Amino acid sequence: MIEIQNVRKSFGQLEVLKGIDLNVAKGEVVTVIGGSGSGKSTLLTCINGLEPIDSGKIVVDGTEVHAKSTDLNKLRQKIGIVFQQWNAFPHLTVLENVTLAPRKVLGMGKAEAEAIAEKQLKHVGLGDKLSTYPTRLSGGQQQRMAIARALAMSPDYMLFDEVTSALDPQLVGEVLETLKMLAEEGMTMILVTHEMSFARDVSDRVAFFHKGIMAEIGAPEQIFGDPQHEETQKFLASVR
Amino acid sequence: MFETALSVADLMFLAKGAGITILVTAISVVIGTVLGIIFGVIRVQLGAVYAAPLTFFLDIFRSVPLLIQLVLANAFMGMVLQLQLSGFFVACMVLSLYTAAYCAEIVRGGIDAVPPTTRRAARSLGMTWGQDMRYIVLPLATRVALPSWIGLALGVMKDSALVYVVQVTELLKSTQILITRLQEPLFLLLICGAFYFIISFPLARFGGYLEKRWSND
Repeated sequence: MIEIQNVRKSFGQLEVLKGIDLNVAKGEVVTVIGGSGSGKSTLLTCINGLEPIDSGKIVVDGTEVHAKSTDLNKLRQKIGIVFQQWNAFPHLTVLENVTLAPRKVLGMGKAEAEAIAEKQLKHVGLGDKLSTYPTRLSGGQQQRMAIARALAMSPDYMLFDEVTSALDPQLVGEVLETLKMLAEEGMTMILVTHEMSFARDVSDRVAFFHKGIMAEIGAPEQIFGDPQHEETQKFLASVR
Repeated sequence: MFETALSVADLMFLAKGAGITILVTAISVVIGTVLGIIFGVIRVQLGAVYAAPLTFFLDIFRSVPLLIQLVLANAFMGMVLQLQLSGFFVACMVLSLYTAAYCAEIVRGGIDAVPPTTRRAARSLGMTWGQDMRYIVLPLATRVALPSWIGLALGVMKDSALVYVVQVTELLKSTQILITRLQEPLFLLLICGAFYFIISFPLARFGGYLEKRWSND
């Protein structure tokens, strides 16, 4: 379970998270929507400790992420994150991109890591691209490779940060299909997205962020059908 | 009709000088590169302010002419520290630091060229700082830095001609000795230049080969 309690975070003078409270249970899919600068992406990077927080706490399966005693490298093995920019390792083939962390971080043997990587790459539809270098893949394929790379670590939680925002419109569908498949398989996920119909389809709950606060959270039918907060209504009207 | 007094023994003498040039260059480039990587990584990690003393130290080696460095280092070792070091040792020591000073800048530039988002992706997979450096940053930085590093290695090879001031008889000094004896300066310099070319060419070609191979990845 991910427990986020009164988390505050500033970049210089700018407070981007102003006391966020959110619990995400195992198997749950929570989508975070909101305008740019609302703190959605920052929250994800705080959850796996890539960014420190100013106050409050984030607890993942009983481990406080920002406690000094926490081994962040170990914690990150159970929290996969995929970013807007897929960040392929360009000097490694697709297969090597996916096997690197299982081999070096988890200490897996080559054969075992390759078997897992092949399985995950087939899972995201890249089974025929194992020996290709990322620069020869489309943006959508590179993003799916990044998803397979995170999944190869067998994480308990997956965080997706606007993973379709940098893609050409015709490539968005293939990545959303992959995410949908993961949601149906029961993966616990927090997704930041601008794809509203997708959020409505896959989410158990949808959270609306506005200027660093979580203005509203609820079932997708409620958020999209009967938003209570004025800012949610304005936001949804602007993106429809 | 062209005639020369150059004998096979003289050619062997030049070849021996070329061997010394290769040896001084190889030792200096290897040690200088290892030190350059260490200094370069330290500079990136510490940031401009905390790395200022190191940067200043390296700037001295980049700013003062090599000839002066060699003479002063030799005098310092002998007269101040009272160490009886061979000219070859002093030459390798000074050239290594000279190489390291330039290499540190090349390494810093290479590391800076690796996008922070790529490093963040590596860390998000649970990699430690060391694993990120070893498997992501340094391989990518190497690709960026290679052309400059090849240029540096070739430059060091030619700069090694200056180590004659600490009594090391490398290729150019050997040529000068023959010029004094045979009085055929142009012909001997031509042969000396050919030796330098033969030494440099494989390194330049190897660099070109690696660049091409990596660009195909």
